[in-house]
Amino acid sequence: MSNPLVDMEKPDVIFCIGTNMTECHPVAATGLKKAIARGAKLIVADPRRIGLAEMSHLYLPLRVGSDTALLLGMAHVIAREGLIDEEFIENRTTGFDDFFEHISQWTPEWAETITGVPAKDIETAAMWYGTSDKAAIYYTLGITEHICGVENVQSLCNLVLMTGNVGREGTGINPMRGQNNIQGAGDSGALPNNYPGFQSVTDPKNQEKFKSEYGRTIDLEKGITKVTALELCGDSIHAMLIDGENTLLSDPDREHCEHALRSLDHLVVIDIFLTETAELADVVLPASAWGETDGICTNTERRVQRMRAAVQPPGDAKPDWWIISEIAKRMGIKGFEFDSPKPIFNELCRLSPIYAGLDWNRIENGVTDQLNNQWPVPHKEHPGTPRLHEETFVNGKGIFSNVHYRDPAETISDDFPVWLTTGRRLQSYHTRTQTGRSQGIDYLLPEESLEVNPADLEKWQLSDGEWCKMSSARGSINIKVKATNRSPRGTVFASFSFADVPVNLLTGSGYDPITHTAELKVCPVRLEPL
Amino acid sequence: MSNLMQIDGIEVTFTEGETVLEVAQRHHKEIPTLCYDPRLEPFGGCRLCIVAVEGARNPVASCTTKATSGMVVETTNDEIETYRKTLLELVISENREIDVHPLRGFASGELANLCNKYEIHETKITGAKSGTSKEDDNPFILRDYELCISCYRCVRVCAEQEGDHAINVMNRGFHTQITTEFDGLLKDSACTFCGQCIQTCPTGALADKKALRAVDEVVDTPLNKTRTICPYCGVGCSVDVLTNENKIVGIHPAMDGPANQGALCVKGQFAYDFVQHPDRLKTPLVREDDGELHETTWEVALHKAADGFKKAHAVHGRYSIYGIASGRAPSEAAYLMQKFIRAGFGTNYIDNCSRA
Repeated sequence: MSNPLVDMEKPDVIFCIGTNMTECHPVAATGLKKAIARGAKLIVADPRRIGLAEMSHLYLPLRVGSDTALLLGMAHVIAREGLIDEEFIENRTTGFDDFFEHISQWTPEWAETITGVPAKDIETAAMWYGTSDKAAIYYTLGITEHICGVENVQSLCNLVLMTGNVGREGTGINPMRGQNNIQGAGDSGALPNNYPGFQSVTDPKNQEKFKSEYGRTIDLEKGITKVTALELCGDSIHAMLIDGENTLLSDPDREHCEHALRSLDHLVVIDIFLTETAELADVVLPASAWGETDGICTNTERRVQRMRAAVQPPGDAKPDWWIISEIAKRMGIKGFEFDSPKPIFNELCRLSPIYAGLDWNRIENGVTDQLNNQWPVPHKEHPGTPRLHEETFVNGKGIFSNVHYRDPAETISDDFPVWLTTGRRLQSYHTRTQTGRSQGIDYLLPEESLEVNPADLEKWQLSDGEWCKMSSARGSINIKVKATNRSPRGTVFASFSFADVPVNLLTGSGYDPITHTAELKVCPVRLEPL
Repeated sequence: MSNLMQIDGIEVTFTEGETVLEVAQRHHKEIPTLCYDPRLEPFGGCRLCIVAVEGARNPVASCTTKATSGMVVETTNDEIETYRKTLLELVISENREIDVHPLRGFASGELANLCNKYEIHETKITGAKSGTSKEDDNPFILRDYELCISCYRCVRVCAEQEGDHAINVMNRGFHTQITTEFDGLLKDSACTFCGQCIQTCPTGALADKKALRAVDEVVDTPLNKTRTICPYCGVGCSVDVLTNENKIVGIHPAMDGPANQGALCVKGQFAYDFVQHPDRLKTPLVREDDGELHETTWEVALHKAADGFKKAHAVHGRYSIYGIASGRAPSEAAYLMQKFIRAGFGTNYIDNCSRA
């Protein structure tokens, strides 16, 4: 997030797109609710009439996968109506003239033909966002889990750059991260393109730095992403170490994924349960869980925080850092002589410019009036950075992107005439390895169901509460039907949480060519009664 | 005019908009409250926080009175203390029990603490009792309204902080009752089971059913609190894990959590017992010649893990090995995963689970 969570109470106009925040980030959503109570206007763009849509002042029910078209239409109106921030564009951005010309063709009337959202509502959204002094954008995987995830994000950046809605309180472009330490995993360098602290692997200076630290030369070429690695399993990838991910259930196209993992010569999984993924492993190593492990994590607003052990792990379970170190030592890899997480975190801080002012003791002491521990923290006296891009952008000037709309990898057809979109629900988390084992959650959400618009039931010969067969180009599953107006006509929704309704058997039609994020939000399907 | 006022004879400064209670608390004055939750709009319902203000005929509620320049405030005197004590006696006269189990909720001891402070152990006031407890089969929230004192903190936290408006007030005066729309079950209301009503309740009338189920197992040692971060989404809410011996018995929101200021959702509040679930892996497992996973020692498992990577390296080269780090484990795990791949094989064949 460019802005801190406390800023969520402060915008005058809030634009939420592709985020089901009241269910997936409920505590963050309380900030938005306070802003609305204070008089802020809420624009929600989402194919489904989710809780946020019910709260909104303007709801844009776009067709799944049409976000870029909607955002191009909004940019067109902002430019046409002269709502641009000329001073900001002049001082902080580059490429506006080309963009201005590019955008002139993408009218809201054109956007209506792609998105299904009335042109006048696209205009209203653009007017609200463009005229507000403090407008903030919030998004989640509804933007990124598309083959055009990069274009979607670039389109949002265009809106921000045109209007100068960044670097100030109550503004910004704010992706909400979905896991407790997914930000920290990236910060720590578990990425094929970056060393710790987002230092590019293609920069020879960084290569030199890590050569002297790690005692060997590391490739100057980017590595492959997980998506590519899974495709190469059994071909060129033969051994894999997976820490705490139920890849089989969380990733698209389950059959492909299972085949990939089975074709490995050697699979080692570190986890707290024998997950569907761990069941395929050659070696399963039991990790200590949350509540049993000391360590550091980073939240969605880049705040580095301390996790503490409250109880002992069961049996012989050990912390992940210990397990990885012990494997490394047995392979003769140097630099793994650790007896606690503290020196590991301090090594990470020493090697990461964005963490340079942090260390274990500072995080241990927590947030004070003077120190907020939000990175970048470039030196020891630095308090931390709640708000990014206040004076300048890290990479110099903000670049306008002349994006084009692209159709999803698969579009509806006679064989697969219904759009399926997937996501999470408030009461369950991911593949339910945790919430499925917590007492009481079943009372609130005992099973998965497919949300279908009541007016569509007859068309597909379905009945509310009955089971149906849902098929995509990759497979079929059986799922119970739930009639609800949350789903628009022609689009259905299910979460991927329940192992007995493995929705990710169906998904996986394509992925973004740059980020390799799968298009989990769009999958044409066919519905039939059982 | 400068923002100066006097509290108990001492000159203090205040900022525009601060209430007398807030100024007094900043200066470590102990003013009793029951309907006050610093996260919510002041309500002025319980009247325990009354203070004397020079020039005012009657004492005023300090939680709803804004500080003004030149104000002279007395936070305690004999008259005020007598008044507070009588009010407390009235409050407890209707309640079945005062000393409730601390596992009922974060603030559940507030009434009992005040009674101890004012040395009120019984009350001479008798009469009809209000508040009818509600049977509700939900697994999380106990609705024991016999302990309700109509402070409305639950109603206000649900409306003001959560924006859910799931619970409300029915009837007036003596017949006041906290309830849901149509007086039904929480499940059928707008309730999201975030548990905030439990945590703000000052008497334990709304209580953590899940934590109370552990009461029988709690042995006679104090509950420990450990500050940590919620294990679910990326918001990073601060929580206190309540433990007894080696068992997690409940979760309290951290009121000073920088990301959540005391707020939690149903997962962070109630979905913690996966940690001590019988399904947890306790021993390393290796696949043996029969094709099945078998329990083994760390030494055997680590040897086999390392050996497999060595073999792949020797046979297929360094580009045959790939690592996937966790977005759930602490950063030290992700850091070492990338170091394992980079220092071990000199490749960048490392990723985390953020692409799905």
